Amino acid sequence: MTDRHGLELNLKLQRKGFTLDVELRLPDRGITVITGPSGSGKTTLLRCIAGLEKAQGNVRFNDAIWQDKKKFLPTYKRKTAYVFQEASLFPHMSVKENLEFAVDRSQGRMAARKLKDIVKLLDIDHVFLSEPHKLSGGERQRVAIARALLNMPDVLLMDEPLASIDDQRKQEILSYLELVKEYVYFPVIYVTHSVNEAARLADTIVVIDKGSVVAQAPVEEAFSDPDFPLPFNDQLGVAFDATIDQYSSKWALSLVRWGSDCAVWLMAGRHRPGEQVRVRILARDISLTRITIPDSSIQNTIACTIKEIRKDSDISMALVTLDAGGKTLLARITRRSVDQLNLVPGESIWAQIKTASLA
Amino acid sequence: MSFSNDDINTILLTLKLAACVTVILLLISTPLALWLARTENRFAGVINTLVAMPLILPPSVIGFYMLIAMGPDGFIGEITQALGLGLLPFTFSGLVVASVIYSLPFVVQPIQNALQAAGTRPQEVAATLGAGPIDTFFRITLPLARPGFFTAAILGFTHTIGEFGVVLMIGGNIPDETRLISVQIYDHVEALNYEQAHSLSLLMVIFSFTTLLLLYSLRSGRVGYKVMS
Repeated sequence: MTDRHGLELNLKLQRKGFTLDVELRLPDRGITVITGPSGSGKTTLLRCIAGLEKAQGNVRFNDAIWQDKKKFLPTYKRKTAYVFQEASLFPHMSVKENLEFAVDRSQGRMAARKLKDIVKLLDIDHVFLSEPHKLSGGERQRVAIARALLNMPDVLLMDEPLASIDDQRKQEILSYLELVKEYVYFPVIYVTHSVNEAARLADTIVVIDKGSVVAQAPVEEAFSDPDFPLPFNDQLGVAFDATIDQYSSKWALSLVRWGSDCAVWLMAGRHRPGEQVRVRILARDISLTRITIPDSSIQNTIACTIKEIRKDSDISMALVTLDAGGKTLLARITRRSVDQLNLVPGESIWAQIKTASLA
Repeated sequence: MSFSNDDINTILLTLKLAACVTVILLLISTPLALWLARTENRFAGVINTLVAMPLILPPSVIGFYMLIAMGPDGFIGEITQALGLGLLPFTFSGLVVASVIYSLPFVVQPIQNALQAAGTRPQEVAATLGAGPIDTFFRITLPLARPGFFTAAILGFTHTIGEFGVVLMIGGNIPDETRLISVQIYDHVEALNYEQAHSLSLLMVIFSFTTLLLLYSLRSGRVGYKVMS
């Protein structure tokens, strides 16, 4: 029987003016996002897990020991694949050869015929025979992601894979990464400093600062807690998974449903009913009302209970935590509204959601 | 151009020496250059300097010290005697050993530069994909530094062919053993055989021009891979 502990690590690394001291347990499925300010040690931690840096301590994945007091498995013996910030394709090989290099070293765990599937998944068929320098930045990074997937790692490590790509391409690759998420059944550790990327991709969020872990939580919990140490700013808002109930091709909207009677129309691409999607609703996009307005352009009105009202970082605003069918919503409204509507914790209220989107 | 039998033997011996030296140098220089390109050892600077010394030292100085080292009381001489190989000065093997030292920087430096230009990222990527050190060397490191190896081999070969001072000190002038082109030209001139000196000298000029042309056209062609994309 295999041990399914996931990834357990306890690492110490001393550098000039910097100490990494991290103890972590990560699930053996799903995407863990490691985030934190620059210089906090995110990349160093990832490199230590891969064995590219020699830190003191233990690393084990399920029942395999990668590193302990007595042994240190070199990088090539750890079943990881690594996507670097720059695509880092082998420049003397074509895209095809880059991908085959990974398949050939997957120890037979990746069938060559699956190569086609992944090439299709990441939409790189048209550059399959090209040389890396002829590709656009986005294409290169997609090839790098495909190459890592084709290596069939036990753990996939990704170090800010979108950092060197322009904003428009970022959105595109994020959608590919969401597809990838459906596809993989190994854990992914994804380093980023972007709150948005974390909201879209993470199942678990780990925040590190000055080389130590300062917080770890499932994504839904992290994003419904305004005190969670992420630089939310105007990106404050919840993120959770819900099920698609129906898709209206006429309006290009999808209806997601949760709890007994909570439903929200989302601007989203075509989704099949029953599909699980990540919903993201920003606090600034929710307003509160005591009566529903039938003729409003706002389509999404949900019955909620006020859980808490607290000060916001902005002096004129207040932050209201709501319960909607078991999910937490955050609303940022003016203190004046709180006063005029006479909002009190425990009361029922209507939340109007201006725009909701898939994360 | 006309060559006497003697001249032709000299040319063949010179080519044989250059070929031996180039092969040995590539075998020695590859690990040395790999180490120098990657190490953070504080003695790397000293090693780098030692490797580069033959670039500026007068060949006669190298030859002189090699002669002493290979002599009966020198440390190389003691080793070769203990191994039953006898003494190296005034033998072909002695020339090979001396030429290896003399041409070392011409082979180490191009390889080292090529390795440094390719960076460590390709090796890291290969390792994360499960490629072991030998696999990585032959599939990634070597192909990426190939232009450097070409340059190194050509420079090592041509530089060895042209040596004179070291040969005079170590090799002397023994036909079919240590008599190389450069020494032969010197002899012809001393004997006032200008015509034969001309033939050999012109051959050297043509050879040097051709190899350098080859080198530069390699360089302007598809040489290096741009920094990792």
